[in-house]
Amino acid sequence: MARKNRINRKKTNGAVILLLAVGSALMFVPVLWIILSSFKSLAEIYRSPPTFLPERWIFTNYTEAVAQFRFLRYLWNSILVTLSATLITLIINSMAAFALSKYQFPGRSIIFILMLATLMIPIRVIMLPVYLMVARLGMANTLLGIIIPPAATPTGVFILRQYMLTISDEMIDAAKIDGAGHFSIYWKIMLPLCTPALAVVTVFSVMWRWNDFLWPLIVINREKLFTLQLALARFRGELVTDWNYVLAMTVLSIIPIVAVFAGMQKYLIQGIASTGLKG
Amino acid sequence: MINQKTTAMGQKETMAGFLFLLPLLIGLSIFYFYAFFQNIFISFTDMSSFGKPAYIGLENYKRLLTDPKFWRSLKTTFKYVAVSVPAVMVLGTLVAFFLQKARKWSSFFRTAMFLPAVTMPAAIGLLWRWLYNYEFGLINIIFSQLDIARIAWLSEPALVVYSISIVLIWSMVSTQMIILLAGLQNIPTMYYEAAEIDGASPFQSFFKITLPLLSPTLFFVTIISVINIFQIFDFIFLMIQPTALAMRYAMSLVYYFYDRAFIVFDKGYAASLSMVLFVIILLITIIQFVFQKKWVHYN
Repeated sequence: MARKNRINRKKTNGAVILLLAVGSALMFVPVLWIILSSFKSLAEIYRSPPTFLPERWIFTNYTEAVAQFRFLRYLWNSILVTLSATLITLIINSMAAFALSKYQFPGRSIIFILMLATLMIPIRVIMLPVYLMVARLGMANTLLGIIIPPAATPTGVFILRQYMLTISDEMIDAAKIDGAGHFSIYWKIMLPLCTPALAVVTVFSVMWRWNDFLWPLIVINREKLFTLQLALARFRGELVTDWNYVLAMTVLSIIPIVAVFAGMQKYLIQGIASTGLKG
Repeated sequence: MINQKTTAMGQKETMAGFLFLLPLLIGLSIFYFYAFFQNIFISFTDMSSFGKPAYIGLENYKRLLTDPKFWRSLKTTFKYVAVSVPAVMVLGTLVAFFLQKARKWSSFFRTAMFLPAVTMPAAIGLLWRWLYNYEFGLINIIFSQLDIARIAWLSEPALVVYSISIVLIWSMVSTQMIILLAGLQNIPTMYYEAAEIDGASPFQSFFKITLPLLSPTLFFVTIISVINIFQIFDFIFLMIQPTALAMRYAMSLVYYFYDRAFIVFDKGYAASLSMVLFVIILLITIIQFVFQKKWVHYN
């Protein structure tokens, strides 16, 4: 009986691995194909039937793409936008979550409901008036214009508030008796205790901002301020012929974030599980 | 506890709590609430890039009714949702379920599955444009090896919605799988052990244990997927040329809105388009909340 069970388990395990292999192939092969192609010469890219591995690995595709398309400048813009928007979101969301979980004051529940209501306003629906405001504030065609409005998302408040509710008030009371001020309780006690929830909000915010396309497209039209996405998007519409450079740029844009996430995925999923994201 | 404190103390508490809320409240009031009402207001005007906008009542909404481009983009948007949401849900759940089961190489599989989620849309768009390339794309190369006729993935009017949906599904399965995987981790293993002792097949335990206990997460993911896919724009913009014939068949509501608002500056009319999108998303979300009682189990 036990033996049969073990054999059965082995069988299912094999099937699981096989299915996953097919699944990850579907996810991974397109990317792999692009990576391989990005090292081929233009002539080899346009050859039929195609080669799988490059005949000769051409690294100049990369060096020339970087030189010709000011890749580093776009990368820097993307990183700057992603990090500063995430930082703002983290601070204002955790402050609000702190107030909503640890303070009693009139109107608290109304404010909470209002925040829930904002989730019903899809961001793309209000893009026009937000853009008009940004333009009026002189932030059109500035990185600040990409950073500020999306940073005001309340999504993180719900995750953080939920998490803060599980932290006992005793520690806060003890700190109060020791004479700690409101802000230092928030900064020195609450935030360190919320690290798992803060990590989840950070990851999602980074993913959203890094992958955000339409908003930067609307706000920015000066080439100098392009994010990586906008720079890549320039190749749409044109009949692309320099696929060797384009593919090299594409690969370069994938690498930084994949490197970050590959190392983090385990903690990320545990973090989401522990914060009970789905409410 | 708090009631027993002196009023002066209570006032200070209130002040502090309110100050912590203030930055987010300011942001939300400006960029969500004010913007939302502003949008309604703009939809009743003839705002464009020149001159002062004048109030024109329901004119924009009347124009919608007789605008074939609007109706076509609306229909196309529903097509994207109808094709992509079920596919994302089913594939996302299956992938997460198997990833959870895998004992060997699990971090390799996770990273591979995770790849599309962290790749920016512009890169995904270019990547798939190359895969879909008529002459040199990988898919058509495989097809021709198998003696199947090459397909013009991104220019065939009848196909273009599906070609874009495939890209959308490819990228969204990966994103939603993360949340589903976290949901699966919250299912206590004792349920599975008990089921195994009772002789349940893996198939049975998937349908009788996994799905019901995962249903709150599934509900959450469905809501998010529907809202996101209704706002589809990126891959259409990135993969189809604006002047191509295929664009007529690929254009979504948000693309049409973008075109009106930011290319031809017909802002009043664009605002009315976005209000239609808002109402549709709101109604469909409400319907989903009503029907969740039928299938979502909270324990």
